[in-house]
Amino acid sequence: MSSETNAKSMSMIVTKGTLDWAYPPFILATTAAAMGLEVTMFFTFYGLGLLKKDLNLKISTLGNPAMEMPMMGMHMAMPNIVSALPGVDGMATGMMKNLIKKKGVASIEDLRELAVEADVNMIACQMTMDLFEYKREDMIDGPSLGGAATYIEVASKTDINLYI
Amino acid sequence: MADQVLDAKGLNCPLPILRAKKALKEVPTGGTLEVQATDPGSVKDFEAFCRSTGNELLESRQEGGTYVFLIKNLN
Repeated sequence: MSSETNAKSMSMIVTKGTLDWAYPPFILATTAAAMGLEVTMFFTFYGLGLLKKDLNLKISTLGNPAMEMPMMGMHMAMPNIVSALPGVDGMATGMMKNLIKKKGVASIEDLRELAVEADVNMIACQMTMDLFEYKREDMIDGPSLGGAATYIEVASKTDINLYI
Repeated sequence: MADQVLDAKGLNCPLPILRAKKALKEVPTGGTLEVQATDPGSVKDFEAFCRSTGNELLESRQEGGTYVFLIKNLN
């Protein structure tokens, strides 16, 4: 049996919707669920896009000043300024997707499916749905709709709360 | 011989753990699951996973580039 001192629940606020930022919440949610924790994810602002049925996630070099990609045994830096060049973010996204495949890293679609299977409780922010004019039918089945109070009620009872 | 063997070679974090969790459901209480992985991070992760879930890590060894874990299902 698990130790009495182990955390039993985790909640997180998911605010970002690029391919790179989509990983931490889904990796942590699925792993915590596998370790027996009750997990709640609250998707708001750009994070809400991660619940769309069709994901076409991209990365942006802008605002990722430490980003570098392995290339021919070296690491290629991706300074913010190159983001302004046409095609650079598309190229960086392609490179990232290739790396993900090559290194046996799960796709976001797969991790999300595993999270749903593991009964991770997902809440889609109603305000963001209205703000960005998302339709419920464009999102995957499973998540419920809720607002800040819905999240706070959950968070006030969980052992671990993360903001990603 | 383990009751079940899981091939998680080539998979990266957190997939070996997630697959192991799923596979353990098919292992009777007191039975064992052998996991084969190539992710070096899985060594620490299986220790943590077993401590947190109350399962016993009977063995953790390396064979060439493969990490082999023997987990006793105590749930």
